[in-house]
Amino acid sequence: MTDRRVEHANFTIERAYAASPERVFTAWAEEKAKADWFARGGDDYRLDFRVGGREVNRGSQGGGPVITFDARYHEIVPPERIVYAYDLYVGSTLASVSVTTVQFAPADGGTRLELTEQVAFLDGHDRPEWREQGTRDWLETLAAHLERETSRA
Amino acid sequence: MVERLSRGPASVSELARPFAMSLAAIVQHLKVLEACGLVRSEKIGRVRACRLEPQALTAVEQWAGERRRTWEHRLDRLGDYLAEQPDEWDTEDEK
Repeated sequence: MTDRRVEHANFTIERAYAASPERVFTAWAEEKAKADWFARGGDDYRLDFRVGGREVNRGSQGGGPVITFDARYHEIVPPERIVYAYDLYVGSTLASVSVTTVQFAPADGGTRLELTEQVAFLDGHDRPEWREQGTRDWLETLAAHLERETSRA
Repeated sequence: MVERLSRGPASVSELARPFAMSLAAIVQHLKVLEACGLVRSEKIGRVRACRLEPQALTAVEQWAGERRRTWEHRLDRLGDYLAEQPDEWDTEDEK
């Protein structure tokens, strides 16, 4: 029997980019541009960037379960704000539902980006095999980050 | 760093040894790991000892942390993408 419960979390990330808000916004608005940094090699990616439009990204990493991101756009204010909601499936199980808000503001000749995600994690989100997958993703992220740091040094 | 810590506690300079990075950069990474709750450090005499603390996180914190890291990775890639793409308006101005 499935243990029914919901847990909530939210987080905000800020980034500064040396590009105009228009350019940063475009990297979120055009399918080909967004696939370049949002999806990973081998992922099945689609973007219909308009209010009510859908964005779907599907793929698996290192033989793990297929992860499906399925979003719908709720508000688009170029080049200032994007609001969308998305479901995240692990295999055929709905793992979480989120609202994501992305804000773009001019700052120091570039752009300050603020991303806030509010998540409801549903039953079974702490299944150990999923956590292992997450940790693997995280270690890959850290390795990529260190690689960039090292190549800059 | 995490791999080294999984073998037991270590000082900051022990952690820095295998990397071609400044001590300041290593400390920066440790701060990120500490903020994620994955690493705890305490000062023993003149040495800062670090250890892994995965139990410190509840399942939901781990999941939110992983979602956040996924985003951090993507936003880094967005930065790389923007840096690689020539600014169309600027290049037209230069012609």
